[in-house]
Amino acid sequence: MNIEKLKEIVRTVLPSVDVVIGYKKGLDALHPVPCFVTSPDEIDALVLNPACTHNLAAYLPSLKKKTAVVVKGCESRTVVQLVQEGLIKRENVVVIGVPCQGVLSARKVLNAINHQPVVEAAFENDAVIVKTRKAETRLALNDVASDKCLTCQYPTPVLSDHLAGEQVESKVDEQAAYQDIRQFDAQSLEERRAYWLKEFDRCIRCYACRNACPMCVCRESCIAETRDPHWMSQKATLNEKMMFHMIHAIHLAGRCTECGECERACPMGIPVAKLKKKINMEMKELFGYEPGISIDDKPPMYTFKVEEEKIEEHKIR
Amino acid sequence: MSVVEGKELRIVGFLCNWCSYGGADTAGVSRFKQPTDLRIIRVPCSGRVDPLFVVKALINGADGVLVSGCHPRDCHYSDGNYYARRRLEMLKRFLPFVGIDARRFHYTWVSASEGQRWQQTVTEFTTLIHELGPTPAFPQDQTVLKEVRA
Repeated sequence: MNIEKLKEIVRTVLPSVDVVIGYKKGLDALHPVPCFVTSPDEIDALVLNPACTHNLAAYLPSLKKKTAVVVKGCESRTVVQLVQEGLIKRENVVVIGVPCQGVLSARKVLNAINHQPVVEAAFENDAVIVKTRKAETRLALNDVASDKCLTCQYPTPVLSDHLAGEQVESKVDEQAAYQDIRQFDAQSLEERRAYWLKEFDRCIRCYACRNACPMCVCRESCIAETRDPHWMSQKATLNEKMMFHMIHAIHLAGRCTECGECERACPMGIPVAKLKKKINMEMKELFGYEPGISIDDKPPMYTFKVEEEKIEEHKIR
Repeated sequence: MSVVEGKELRIVGFLCNWCSYGGADTAGVSRFKQPTDLRIIRVPCSGRVDPLFVVKALINGADGVLVSGCHPRDCHYSDGNYYARRRLEMLKRFLPFVGIDARRFHYTWVSASEGQRWQQTVTEFTTLIHELGPTPAFPQDQTVLKEVRA
C-alpha cells in the first residue's frame, strides 16, 4: 500500500475522468471514509492503509460518470463481476489497483483495546500500533485482520489499469481457502442449527448487509421489502430473519466476490459472509467457477450444460 | 388414508405441469395407492421453482419438499430443467450448512407416463419423512428460545 504512488497515479488519471473514488481520513485513524476526488487540490487528502476497508466498487453501478476507483484484490473481483453482468461498462471505469496485505477489522481492533477512543494509529508491514489516551498497543496484523483476509486468494487485483505497488502473492494455498467452511461443516446438524439460530437471533433486520453489498443490485425491488410478491412479513421473528439471510445468500449464488462488506456493515457482528462463502465453495466444486475472475465468464446459475459432470441424480435415501 | 402409519405430515410438492403433474395424474388414473401427505403445487416448469420457494416452505414448517420436473432433454421449454438442476443442486448442498436436513428436500425427474415411478417416489419420500419426523420448528413468535439467548 503505497500512498505516494497512488497519489501520482490519481494525478495522471484525474484529467481523463469525472471523479476518482479513494479514501480519506474519517472520524478516527481506524475509520477512513470514501473520498470523491474531482479536482487536483483534493488529492492530498487521500489516505491508504490497512484500515481502508470499504468496497468502493459498490458505488459504480449508481454513478453515471466516468469513474476511476481504488480497489484491492477482492474489490477488483467486484468490478469484474459487475462488468460481467452488464451492470457497468468497462470503458466507463478506470481501475486503480492496490496490492493488499490484508485489511483491519475495526471490530477486532476495538475489542483488543477495550473500546477506548483511538487517538492515533500507525501502520507497519505486519502490525498496527494503536494509540489511545491511556496506552499504546502493538497488534499483529494477522490477529486483527478481517476474516476474509485470512484465506484471501487474490491479494493483487485481478483487473487493473494502474497498479499502485508491487504484486503480492497469496499467503494461503488454494487447498486451505475454504478450510474454515469445511471445519464448520464437520459439525453435526444440530450444532450448525443451534449456531445459526443464536447468530440470527441478534439480527435486527436493518438490512445493512444488503445495502453494503456491491452485488445486491435489485434496489427498491428487493423481495425482502416488496409487498407484491409478499415474501416476508415485518415481524422480528427468527424464521423471518433466517429467511432474509437465505434470500441474500441464495441471490448471491455464484456472484459473491467475498469482499466481506456484509459482515463489516453488520452492527450486530453476525458472520453473514460465511453463508456466501459456503455457496462459493460449492460453486467451485460443482462448476469449477469463482466469481469475478474473468469478464468473459458467465455466472454458473445463468447457464447450464446438458450433461453436468459433477451433478448426479439423487436417491431418496 | 395415509399409506404410512401415524400422523399425517406436511410435504410440499412442486410439480412441473408438463411431466410430473401428468405423471401424478397417471398414477391416480391407474389407481396406484399413494400416501396423502403430499400437497401438490403445480408450476409451469421446474425452472419456475426458485430455491427460495423450498427454503421458505422448510423454514415455515413444511416437513419435506419434493420438486419434480421433466427428465433432462425432455423439458417442454427445452432448457428449464437444466437451470433447475443447477439451482436445486446448489440448494441441496447449502441446506445442511444452516442446519436444515438435506434429506427433507428431494428433487427428481418423472415424466407424464411414469405413473409407477411417481408412486414409488412419493411413497419412498413420504416414508423417509415419517422416519425423520416433524421438522424442528423455527420460532415464529416474538419470544425467542431461552437456551439460544443463554
